[in-house]
Parts: sequence; structure tokens; C-alpha cells
Amino acid sequence: MSRIAINGVSMSSLRRSQDVRRLGAWVLGALILAVMTGPSGTTTSPTAGFTGSLLHPRVLGYLAFGLVMWALSTARVRSRDRVHSATRGVQQLREKLLGDNRVRHGTYLVLLVLAILVPTQLNSFWQEVLVDQIGVFVLLAVGLNVVVGYAGLLDLGYIAFYAIGAYSAAYWTGALPVHPVFHLNPFYVIPLAILAAVVAGVILGVPTLRLRGDYLAIVTLGFGEIISIVATNLSSVTGGAQGIIGIPHFSVHLSSFHYQWGLSNLPYYYLLLGFVVIVLVAFRSLENSRVGRALAAIREDEVAAEASGVGVLKYKVMAFAIGASTSGFAGLLFASKISFVAPGDFTVQLSILILVLVTFGGMGSLPGAVLGAAVLQWAPEYLRNHPILGFQQQDLYIYLGALLVVMMIFRPSGIWPSRRRRRELALAEEGVGTADAMSGSSDPAAGPG
Amino acid sequence: MSLLALQAVEVSYGSIRALKAVSLEVQEGEIVTLLGANGAGKTTTLRTISGLLVPRPGKVIFDGADIQGVAPHEIVGLGIGHVPEGRRIFPRMTVVENLEMGAYRRRGNLGPDLDRVFGLFPVLLERRKQLGGTLSGGEQQMLAIGRALMGQPRVLLLDEPSMGLAPLIVAQIFGIIKEIRQSGTTVLLVEQNAAQALSVADRGYVLETGEIVMSDRAEVLLHDDRVRAAYLGEGAA
Repeated sequence: MSRIAINGVSMSSLRRSQDVRRLGAWVLGALILAVMTGPSGTTTSPTAGFTGSLLHPRVLGYLAFGLVMWALSTARVRSRDRVHSATRGVQQLREKLLGDNRVRHGTYLVLLVLAILVPTQLNSFWQEVLVDQIGVFVLLAVGLNVVVGYAGLLDLGYIAFYAIGAYSAAYWTGALPVHPVFHLNPFYVIPLAILAAVVAGVILGVPTLRLRGDYLAIVTLGFGEIISIVATNLSSVTGGAQGIIGIPHFSVHLSSFHYQWGLSNLPYYYLLLGFVVIVLVAFRSLENSRVGRALAAIREDEVAAEASGVGVLKYKVMAFAIGASTSGFAGLLFASKISFVAPGDFTVQLSILILVLVTFGGMGSLPGAVLGAAVLQWAPEYLRNHPILGFQQQDLYIYLGALLVVMMIFRPSGIWPSRRRRRELALAEEGVGTADAMSGSSDPAAGPG
Repeated sequence: MSLLALQAVEVSYGSIRALKAVSLEVQEGEIVTLLGANGAGKTTTLRTISGLLVPRPGKVIFDGADIQGVAPHEIVGLGIGHVPEGRRIFPRMTVVENLEMGAYRRRGNLGPDLDRVFGLFPVLLERRKQLGGTLSGGEQQMLAIGRALMGQPRVLLLDEPSMGLAPLIVAQIFGIIKEIRQSGTTVLLVEQNAAQALSVADRGYVLETGEIVMSDRAEVLLHDDRVRAAYLGEGAA
């Protein structure tokens, strides 16, 4: 472990002080968790929130949890080399298996069959979760993954394109106070909604993608707010804060083929599944294409990419527009399914949530984005009414935040990291380069790249 | 006719004029060096040639055509390779991936070009599967030069290749710069290390606060009292 020769005494005392500090951190964390999950204070006794959780026997449970975590993390540090070789073994096995095309395609086929068959066995509550919470967000996460993961652009206004897709559905189906020349079924609005989102993405992207990192984040944040405020206040066009009802369901009428989506969840699920599969296949080939290599270069170092002959702005706009179109389609589908759209659905918090899904899953990794979205969207639904682990809906983001913090400490590359991302973190551990989420540059003079 | 020429180029950062009527020429097959202290405008000159900055007024002529307003990545395609200041290799790509990125604007077989780069820099062949970020400073500089060569440039712009490197490595890199010229690539070399630069260059220009104050054959500059005093660390005679 000690690459530099340090004499035994100082090394062991160094370790001991680290252990003590780690113990302090875990105990403090456990106490904070106790307060977070404990009773609230009231106006008559404002300190009840603290006394009720810290002076109550239940605090002992949290302290025990903290101590166990401390013991685990200490053991992990002590046996770092062994842990490393073990995880490397797992990784090698995984790469060997996934490297074999037959195994990989077989796995995909099995997963697809499961994705088709399993939902039919679920009750309607879980079918609805599968569409509204999981399916839509998997699509959103996979789209944002192109922007954040492939191109390294921090987009905090991603949900604005979702809104544009949703309002496109409302407009072209005639649900808005302003009417189009001809009405369309949402199914045929798909290209129009995607087009609208792409146009919005390009209009926003061309001037702002010249900016880097932090600046882009601020601009997209502002754009997201503008869209949601316009949707709220421009009542004569958008129906205002209470939203718009009566967006029709999807239906397809081709000469002899008629199909109408309705209140039932499964047909929407299969439609979503179809699109997710198409998008996954498309993005996988994008990743391995010339465009994918250009995006990787931009993510690593924009100046070097430009000097290598990559048209940086063009590819950034492309990535941004691809993300926007995915988001726009998800918005259209969701609006049509619940036949309702309201500005309250398009909050910054939602943009952040999608970013959390992508980060949790593993930035730049397609399976990671799918897995991250599926796990994080499923878990709250499952745990909400659990007898022991149940929680209040308004506390959700506290737990997500805590989860992300823990994640960043123990597995910053996400649950299913991309190969490239794993490399970055391995490099950062060696002290070479940076492993910042966004910055690719190892040169501080490059600014917030 | 010169391969590359700047004609009365002025570049400003806001109200600060970084280049004042800079004119210079590079003939095909030459090594030309641009000397100057920090802030003299050397990097600005290179960035103007590669299209990252736009001269107002002034012209950049490459191979007889005005390339003002052409986007930087297209200028690379025209045959101007830029090795940026501070190397800027892709730290998380392997050596081979870095080199392949250098040939981004070309299609077809990269084998001969890879062989050429590995011939110039055998150490890169040894490290071909290693990540760029794990290379030493000298190796990164070699990789940056190799990457630019992968684009088959007619003229190579080198921005301070000696920066932060050990003298032994610097000597090695300057040796390779000569080899690159022998293989037919013209070189415009920006340097603070005047002694090394003038020892390999055919001609040199001296830039001071945005103006060209001297230009001559390299061995003349090398023996010029003012150059010796200002850039070679010798007291004025």
C-alpha cells in the first residue's frame, strides 16, 4: 500500500489517526441520519426534532449502524489490495463474458424476452410504475447520457425538451387553446415533437455550446426555467398553471390495421420498450462511430479535439440535439398516456433527478443509464409503503442526495461504469488527470472545460 | 512563393493589441523559429494561423489562399498541423487512440503513418497501449507531435515543445524536429529556448510586445549581440 517507504512507526500512527477520523465521520453521519428520519419539531417545542431523535433509545440503532459501517470501511481500506484484485477478477470475468459476442447477444435476447413477458404477470399498480416511472425515465436517462456522458456537457435544463415534446402533443392534437391548421393523433406527432425538440436544442445549442462547463450549466438551467415559466404564465397559449387536459391517446389507423392505445398500461409499455430498444441500438452504434470518437475527444480536451480537426461546435450541437429529441419524445409519450400536461411537471428538480439517474448508473454507459433509472425509480415505489423502510414522499430527495454522496465516496464511476470512465477513475487514483464528472482536461489553464 | 505567410496581421484581446502588423513568411521545407519572451505574442501568432483567432486587419495566406475565417478544424484538413502549448494529449485515450484522433479528418489506411510516428518516436511504440495521461512529460510531447503528424500536415506549428522538459529530452525532441523537416514537413517553431531553437532553425523572427523587431538567418541571430543579451542570457557586449 505504501508506495513510498515510510518507517513503520509513523505509518501505523498515520493509519490510526485515519481510522479515528473515519469513525468520527460515520458516527456523525449516523446521528444526522437519526435526526433526518426522526420526528419533526413543532412551534411549541422547536427542539423536539433533536431531542426526539437523539435522546430516544432509537439513536442506539443508528449508532450501531454507524459502527458497523465504520468497521466495514476500515476493513475495506486495510484490505484494499485484496479488494482490488477481487473486483478486478469480477471485471475480467465480466469483460470476458461480454466480450464474447454470442454470450452478449444471448444475454440481450434473454433480457428482452424477460422485458416482454414479466410485465404481463404484474398487477396494474406495478404496470403503471413500469411505464410512468421507469420506462419514461429510462428513455430520459439514456438521452441525457449522450449529452452528459458522451459529450461531457452539463445540461441542467434537460426537462425543457421534455416539456416541448409534451406541449407539442397538446398542440397538434388540438388540446391547447391555440389550434393547429389540422389535428393529428399523437402517434403522428412523434416526428413533429422530435423535430420541435431538436430545433429548440439547436437554437439553444449553437450560441451556448461555445461556452464551457459551468457556463453551459447556468445557461441550460435558465432555459429550463424560462420554458416552465412561459408554460405557466402564457395562459392564452398553454392553458396556464392548471395545465391542459384531454390529450388523446395514441392510435394507429393504416388501411386495414387499427389500434387504439387506451387507459391500459401494457400497450404503452410495449410502445416504450420498442423505442427504448431502438434508441439503445442507435446510441450503441453512435458510441462506436466516428461521431462517438469525436465526442470522446471533445470530452477529454476541447482544444486538442479542435487541433485534431474535430468540428467541436458541430458535434456538441449534435449531441445536445440527440439528447433533446429523446427527451421530447418521452414528453410526448407521457403527455399522451396520462392525457394531461401541466407546467408543474417540468421542474429543475426533475432535470437534476435525471442527472442523478445517469450518474448513479454510470456516466457514459448505456447499460448504466438503463440500470440507474430502473433501480432508482423502482426503489422508492417499492420502499414507500414498506413497514420498516417506509418513508415520506417529500423526503425522497434527502435519501437520493445521501445515496449519491455515499456512491461518490465508494463507487464514483456508477453501478455499471463505461470502460472509458473506469479508466479515468483508475487514472485519478494514480494521481494523473482529473476524474471530475465534466472536466476532461488535465490542464487547469483550460478553464472549466 | 512561400507556403505560409502572415501579412500585417493585427490581433486584439478586447482593447489590448496582442499583435501589431506582424508579417512573416515560411518557405516550403524550412524550419522557421519565432522567438520572444512571455507575452510577446508567440502563441497568439500560432493561434491566428490555426484559425482559433481571427486577424483584424491582416491576412493569413497558406499555399496561395487566404485562410482567414476558415474554421480551425478545417484548417487542420488543409494541411496545417498544430501542436498546442502544454501538449494537450487526450489523457484517457491510449497512445494509439491519441494518434488515431490526429488522423480524424482523413480516411483510409493509417498503418504507414503510425509506422512513421513510431519510427520517429520508438518509445511511443513501447507504450502504445498505455493511457496518454500516464506518460512522462517528454513522452506526452512526443505523442502530441506524433498526433499532429498523423494528419499529414504540410506545415507543423510547434508551440514551445521544450516547455517543462529535462535538457536531455529537449535535445532529443529538437533532433526529431530536424528529422521531421528532412521527411518533407515544414516547421514553424515557437520557442523561449532561443539557443536550441536557433540551432535547428534556418531562419528566425524575434517578437517583442506584439511586433517583429528582428528577422534573419538563424546563425546570424545566434551571434547577434541583442539576441544574445535578451534571449541567451549573456550580458551585452
